Amino acid sequence: MFLINCPFCGVRDQSEFSSGGEAHIVRPKQPTELSDDEWAEYLFMRKNIKGIQFERWNHAHGCRKWFNVVRDTSNDKILSVYKMGEKPPVNYK
Amino acid sequence: MPNYRIHKTEYIDETKRVSFKYDGKTYYGYDGDTLASALLANGIHLVGRSFKYHRPRGIVSCGAEEPNAICQIGSKKELTEPNVRATELELYEGLEASSQNCWPNVKFDIGGINNFISPLIPAGFYYKTFMWPKSFWKKVYEPLIRLSAGLGKSPIEPDPDIYDHKHVHYDVLVIGGGVSGIIAAKMAAKNDLKTLLVDDKKILGGSTIYQNNETIKIDGKLSSEWLKNEIQEIKKLSNLTIKTRTSVAAYHGYNFLLAKENLTDHLPEEKRRNKIRQRLWKIRAKKVVIATGSIERPLVFNNNDRPGILLSNSINKYLDYYGVTCGENIILFTNNDSAYETSISLHKKGIKNIIVDLRKSASSELIKQAESLGIKIYFNHVVTNTFGYRKINSLEIMKLSEDGNTTVGNKIRLSCDCLGMSGGWTPMVHMHTQSGGKLDFRDEDQVFLPKENSEDQISVGSCNGDFDLENIIDKTVNKINKFLDIDNQDYQDTNIICSKENDKRNIWLLPNKIPLGKTKCFIDFQNDSTAKDIKLALKEGFRSIEHVKRYTTTGMATDQGKLSNMHALGIIADTAGVKMGTLGTTTFRPPFTPLTFGTLVGRNVGKFFEVVRKTSMHEWHVENNAEFENVGQWKRPWYYAKKRENMHDAVQRESKAARDSAGILDASTLGKIDIQGTDASEFLNRVYTNAWSKLAIGKCRYGLMLNEDGMVYDDGVTTRISKNHYLMTTTTGGAANVLSKLEDYLQTEWPELDVYLTSVTDHYSTASICGPNSKKILNKLFPNLDLSDENFPHMSFKEDKLENINCRIMRISFTGELSYEINIESKYGHSLWKMCIEAGKEFNLTPYGTETMHLLRAEKGFIIVGQDTDGTMTPSDLQMDWIVSKKKYDFIGKRSLYRSDTIREDRKQLVGLLTDDPKEILEEGAQIISDVKSKPIDMLGHVTSSYFSPNLNKSIALAVVRSGKTMKGQKLIIPMENKNINVTVSDTIFLDKENKRLNA
Ligand SMILES: [Zn+2]
Repeated sequence: MFLINCPFCGVRDQSEFSSGGEAHIVRPKQPTELSDDEWAEYLFMRKNIKGIQFERWNHAHGCRKWFNVVRDTSNDKILSVYKMGEKPPVNYK
Repeated sequence: MPNYRIHKTEYIDETKRVSFKYDGKTYYGYDGDTLASALLANGIHLVGRSFKYHRPRGIVSCGAEEPNAICQIGSKKELTEPNVRATELELYEGLEASSQNCWPNVKFDIGGINNFISPLIPAGFYYKTFMWPKSFWKKVYEPLIRLSAGLGKSPIEPDPDIYDHKHVHYDVLVIGGGVSGIIAAKMAAKNDLKTLLVDDKKILGGSTIYQNNETIKIDGKLSSEWLKNEIQEIKKLSNLTIKTRTSVAAYHGYNFLLAKENLTDHLPEEKRRNKIRQRLWKIRAKKVVIATGSIERPLVFNNNDRPGILLSNSINKYLDYYGVTCGENIILFTNNDSAYETSISLHKKGIKNIIVDLRKSASSELIKQAESLGIKIYFNHVVTNTFGYRKINSLEIMKLSEDGNTTVGNKIRLSCDCLGMSGGWTPMVHMHTQSGGKLDFRDEDQVFLPKENSEDQISVGSCNGDFDLENIIDKTVNKINKFLDIDNQDYQDTNIICSKENDKRNIWLLPNKIPLGKTKCFIDFQNDSTAKDIKLALKEGFRSIEHVKRYTTTGMATDQGKLSNMHALGIIADTAGVKMGTLGTTTFRPPFTPLTFGTLVGRNVGKFFEVVRKTSMHEWHVENNAEFENVGQWKRPWYYAKKRENMHDAVQRESKAARDSAGILDASTLGKIDIQGTDASEFLNRVYTNAWSKLAIGKCRYGLMLNEDGMVYDDGVTTRISKNHYLMTTTTGGAANVLSKLEDYLQTEWPELDVYLTSVTDHYSTASICGPNSKKILNKLFPNLDLSDENFPHMSFKEDKLENINCRIMRISFTGELSYEINIESKYGHSLWKMCIEAGKEFNLTPYGTETMHLLRAEKGFIIVGQDTDGTMTPSDLQMDWIVSKKKYDFIGKRSLYRSDTIREDRKQLVGLLTDDPKEILEEGAQIISDVKSKPIDMLGHVTSSYFSPNLNKSIALAVVRSGKTMKGQKLIIPMENKNINVTVSDTIFLDKENKRLNA
């Protein structure tokens, strides 16, 4: 059971949060311009990394804010949290 | 009756005699006993039958590792509990226990026949034999195995006990209250760290607490005396919480641990009433100290499983802690020094014993002491066989060859009534590995040890492979100081004297002149797997320990192989010629010891099992005989049965009344989201498929919401209350998910939009009145409101007051009838409902439930998201192309609507179905085909909604059918178990295609 440091509320139990999958996938601004393949890339393709992964989490049973998390999936350690719209920490690239 | 209690100890209160029943017979023990110690005091070793061969089995250990002494306890059938270890069960007045895994009784056992046919039951027997014929499995094999395996009976009545959960946070958690755990807890607590110490036993002190050998001293005192003093001291520490009878079951990530505290299991049944039985502790600790100790290993030799054969250290504990001797003529068989402590203790209490030591020779303070007491020691000898059916009565030993691979010389037969075995010690690394820690292997004494210690957890004491007291204390103190970053000096000057073990010899499978195939060298006592089974598995090609384990079932019983795993690994390594350290271990999974279901669910039983949501009108529905349907967490009236009506009758009556005169539905559960902000219209444009900017204030519009993949997600009517203020409704079940989805888009994709979302589902109660007389009823309720079609047309909204309370009234319809929805603050919902009913009396206003609502909308061909859709339907599949804006540049899911797959013409599409026999009602979910002869039959789709319509006097159905749009008028077949039903594809709208009734 993770402890997650919500950037708005502080450290809370994982049971208060819901996970929203891979982070930094931006919805295309002009979907109509995209080919089927390009649209499918946005719609379906997600990474499943063993190691450092950038994820979206929502403090669903708290402030209901979405934010980003850097997590090492091999040991579940959360290395960093940051707000939506903020740049991902470069040292984990 | 024999009495094996031979001396007094401070842990047994001989002034408090306790009576208990075992297998129907009454015995006596004392306060402080476990069931096992009390049985042994009465001379009882035989406690069960083994799983496969049904061999007689006796008590082996004194703790959680016990494989044999498993019993069923409790006198009442609602309180009965299986798989309780007698070695852990504290004795209480009136305890009723019986041995498990033996039928008809422990002494005469029909399954014992398996012992004689055992050459026919090799490893993988169950897999190999019971596979064929397949039809035999359910009727013959399984019941037979279950009957003779007899792994206890589950209670068949509801559990009357109370269970509790508790969340706690600590700086330091110490698991295990032996000498190292006590030191760690004291050091942490004295340095201002909020500390929790848990131990599964009734008292602290581990195995040191009854230690009384003169060669082991701390500060000049017996180690037990020294430790008692330490325990007195830590009890005074204010920031240390001590929980005994508490065992850690699971160690999860982020130092989240679950522990079970036993509160009443040691009390007589009548004293438990109204008390919490067990409490599950949910512990968050910044740092965890693991001090779980080690378990003594058995030795693997022929017939090593007879009653009367115990672990050597357990014999010691029964003697020095419980005052009970396990025999009067004891042999100790060992490969290490610890059996000598047992031997000396027995000797001092006048119990005759001799030692068989497989080491060539050995010297240490302990061995010197034993020799000086005149205890007979056979070095370089092994036990090769044992005798005695219900209890051991003698054994044979032989000399070991130089390399230890075989035996030499003559057999020596020794008589005895008890055999203690000690194959060394296995550190309890379960907690370490559960936390994610890796293991190292130490060749010297063949143990797996915690590898790196992280900054969050550390192992100390014998679970870290430190076995003698000097090592344990010194290392614990150093490690704890470093781990907690403190500088505690309490043990700086502690003077420890202890015997040091100098000689080691380990042989996993002891040699024997008898061929292995004819021996019974047990590895897993509970699952009855032998050395032979392991070797057979290897011969058959199994290599991975995980495979061998499953194939032979070694380590898979309720003791999870606490005594057997190491031997299985050792024999695999020796046979395959690989190093044991490279084999790895099987995974140690939680729980460490079994938990009751009651502990896991805590208070969440009965009416607390799940959250129930009720509308303000709920009590009225109950009073008026509503049957309820669960929709999400909501209780919704399903139908209101009158006297002698069944569900069908009620629904037919309700449906007819709603169209003939008037009906009323509690629509409060529909999701309601208040949307405000200067970009609210733009936001709706992006989330719904249709256009919203031009919706006039005071008007309502139906909207369809898609997922980004183009599939229908939710639907509902949204009302424009003012320029920048909308009220959205969602389906009852989808409300929470729709809000989450909208918030997600707002926060992550469109943060530039000025929009605020608030869930107001619970804030308003909604009464929906429909039918040709609904306008008259509204007029009675709101006499000042102009209800004319000009002023208040279909799909519009008005505000008015009902006895000074504001109401929002929408003229919208889900039934196709003239219809109004009255919304009022929830606290007035019940009154509103009663006023509607009163006003509607003269018009036969009929309350109707969800079933009638479903029927009425199906007559009109309106979809229900989640019933007629399943996450694979596009608007076009639903024949709802009209609601998808062609003009809008973008909305959620738009791009997916012209992917190659979504524009396929042979997708499943929504159609109506009419049965050739209008009385025939189709089953929802039934398959649809066109040709019964083709093989395999081509499945075209399935029925999604089906009803008998009283208003049309015929059966109607909605279905999804491949290329259904083009099939109107075509004949199809619904194949059922005993007949084929002929149907014709129709329009989805069955009633009032011209929508005349909306303005009736
Ligand atoms: Zn938060």
